[in-house]
Parts: sequence; structure tokens; C-alpha cells
Amino acid sequence: MGMEPEFKLKSGLARMLKGGVIMDVVSPDQARIAEKAGAVAVMALERVPADIRSSGGVARMSDPETIKGIMDAVSIPVMAKVRIGHFAEAQILEALGVDYIDESEVLTPADPEFHVDKREFRIPFVCGARNLGEALRRINEGAAMIRTKGEAGTGNIVEAVRHIREIKKGIEELVKMDTREYAEEAGVPEELVAEARAAGRLPVVNFAAGGIATPADASLCMQMGCDGVFVGSGIFKSSAPEKMAGAIVEAVANYRDAGKLASVSSGLGRAMEGLEISDIPEGQRLSERGV
Amino acid sequence: MMKVGVLALQGAVSEHIEYLKKAMEKLGLEGEILEVRRRGEVRELDGIVLPGGESTALSLLLRKNGIFEDVRGVGAIMGTCAGAVLLSKNISGGVAGQETLGLMDIGLVRNGYGGQLESFCAPLETSLGAIEGIFIRAPVIESVSGGLTVLAEHLGMPVGVQQGNYLATTFHPELSGSTAFHEHFLKLNK
Repeated sequence: MGMEPEFKLKSGLARMLKGGVIMDVVSPDQARIAEKAGAVAVMALERVPADIRSSGGVARMSDPETIKGIMDAVSIPVMAKVRIGHFAEAQILEALGVDYIDESEVLTPADPEFHVDKREFRIPFVCGARNLGEALRRINEGAAMIRTKGEAGTGNIVEAVRHIREIKKGIEELVKMDTREYAEEAGVPEELVAEARAAGRLPVVNFAAGGIATPADASLCMQMGCDGVFVGSGIFKSSAPEKMAGAIVEAVANYRDAGKLASVSSGLGRAMEGLEISDIPEGQRLSERGV
Repeated sequence: MMKVGVLALQGAVSEHIEYLKKAMEKLGLEGEILEVRRRGEVRELDGIVLPGGESTALSLLLRKNGIFEDVRGVGAIMGTCAGAVLLSKNISGGVAGQETLGLMDIGLVRNGYGGQLESFCAPLETSLGAIEGIFIRAPVIESVSGGLTVLAEHLGMPVGVQQGNYLATTFHPELSGSTAFHEHFLKLNK
């Protein structure tokens, strides 16, 4: 594998999260609910994506005090988001000692051109991607984990599914392509392209994110080959968050067991309200940020 | 023919499967390596690996899938990181009421070194040979009873221990490049 020790620790933590659910939380109480329901990590935020979407304005890194409160409340890993390209926010999160940084399109991008140089940090990064080229560019910048972008805050799984398929299709097409040509086109080293081609998958852990609202959504993503799922607004915007959280955890652990899925999906109350993608005004799709 | 399972409810499952397969080949053993989640699957096993992951999620899912007692009854068990937490009798730094299988006389602190910034790699000289110790938000074994064999130490603290057919490491042999611990574990499977 020949990777540097530091990258082994970064990508290794992502490996330990596989088969798990990472939940967005906005308070220590929510974080404790998530942990008790079996979350493998929590994403500490001030507002979940659905609220960021509806309130508009500039979305930034959360107040360190909020993040610290959540870190103190749970024993599982705590992640937090920075704006695309905002390395100063990332330095602050590193100083706080969070376990993972999500350089996220859900927040308003800070740099119109560049992402954070993630190799400069000891804290590992996860980044969103819509296709293989985006994923490889993020890995080349030092991301140790990838997630689909999906369309956060919509409760609509269609974009996540599109991105899972795009990444798979990209890898299938690689086999027929000249790796140098592809590398040039994508703007990444040929070595990285060759690694993905040889493995037949992304060289780091790949989670689904952006629109997961039910246990069935989570199972769908897992059956399509994802290593785990992020659930943003889907839990605490549902009518019975504790139940929904536990049900999605069980659905991911038993993603191919339809009988089990039927039983955990029963009597969960209302899932979060969904949003049709075509109803989102032009220019407000979060997944178009940071390519 | 030997049947060895990897608990596949959550965590680094595929890594253990890969290392167990390699170890089996090296030892010239005939056998099957299986992902296990359900009661029927666990009951057939000679041995089981409890992978790294989040011990809170794993212990909850063992209960929810109704296999807590069945896993406890498997003849040989190897636990790495979160798996070691599950094997320990006494844990701290967990969630109130967090259950463990409690099969090894170990006192252990979850995330004993701290968070991800305190994760580290260190070369280990073990009784099974040299291995790269990869410690990720690792637990710390604070105390072991007399009946345990210490297989590996780091800075004077036990990081790999054995008690009968149970094996616990706080590091990740499944990421190390060496199958020594997996080979040793397979030899404990009857």
C-alpha cells in the first residue's frame, strides 16, 4: 500500500466508520440521542442543511463553542464542516481537536477556485463529489474519505443516487481508457487514476450523503456499493428522531435483509418533508459548488 | 473444514476478511471466511473476529440482531480496537450502561489516548514478531489479570493480550501489512 503513516491514520479512521451512520446534530442533547441510537460519528452544526437552505444568507463554520459542547457530550468521533477553500476555518477546527473535517458545499464556498490543501493538516478531511473526476481531485488534495454530494437538505435521494452511479460509471469507463489521458482531463496524477482502476473502486472509503431520509434510502445507497451513510436533516427533521435514528442504523447494518428493513421501517412517523429538485431555483443547488 | 466469521454489523470488515484469507493460505488451512450478522450464521462458527469500528454501535447492534449471547459463545474470538473493547470485562470512558461481552479480564479505557489528533503509528516488537502498530482513537488497556499473556506492548503498556482462545489488540493488525496476528488467531480455532 506504500502510503505515508499519517495517511494510514486518516484513511484508517474512515475505514472504522464503514457500515455506519454519521448523523448531523445541532446540540449536545441531539448528539447524545445519535450516540445512543448507534451513530458511528456525529457532524456538529449550528443548523441542519434543510434550515441552511430555507434561511439563506452566508453559511459558515459553526461557533467553536457549539462544536466543543458536542465533543464533550459524546464518546464517538465528532466531525465539523468548513467552507470550501477556507483553510483558516480548518485550522480552527484542528485546534479544537475535532476528529474529521468536512469541506462542504453545504456551507457557502470561501474560495471560488481552490479547495483546502488537506495534506497540510493532521486532521483527516472528507469531501463531497458528484463524479469520479471530482472524487479523485479531492483525494489528490489530501481527502481521506469521499461522500456523494447528493442534494443536502432536500430529503430527496435522487441526486445521491445519480452521484453514486456517476462514480461507478467513471470507474467502469476507466478500464477502457488510457490512464494518462484520463489523468490529464481530470487534472490529477496518473498514479492515482491507475490505483482506482486497479482497485475497481475509489482508493478511499466512500459514503452516501445528501437526501437520505428513510431506512430504505440508506439501504438503497448501501446496496449500490456505498460504505456507509451520512444523514443530515433526515433524522432531526422527522417526527420521531430517536426512532428514525435507530431504524437507519439497523437498516445500514442489515442493508440486504428485506425482512429486517420492513420491520425497522414500520411505525416511524413522518419522515422529513421532501423537496423536488426541479423546484430549487437555478443557482441554489448546493451540489454545483466546488467541482 | 474451519469456519471463521467476521462480525459484519459495522466497521472494518473487508480488511479482516482479506487478512484472514491470506493467513489461511499461508498456514495451508482449508476453510471458509464469512461475513456474519444473524444468529444462524454465528452458531456455525469455529471462530469470530470483532472488527474495529465504534464499540457503542457494535454492542447495540449485537443486541438488536439478537446475537449478543451467540457471539459470546463462539470458541475463539479476536477483537481489534472496538473489538477489544467488546471483549473486556471492565470499561470506562464509554456511554452509561454500555454492554460488553466481558470475556477477558481486562480493564480498558475507551479512546484512552484521546481523539484523532492523538492517533499514531509505532513499530511494535511482539511475541509474534515485528508489526506496524496502527492506533486509531485507540483504547488503553489499564489492567490485566494474572491469567493473561501479553503479546505486545507499547511504552510499557499492553496493547495485545491473549486469554485462552481470546485475543485482543488495541491496534489494527488488519491494516498493518502483516498477517501474524491473524495466523495466530486461526491456530486457536478448533
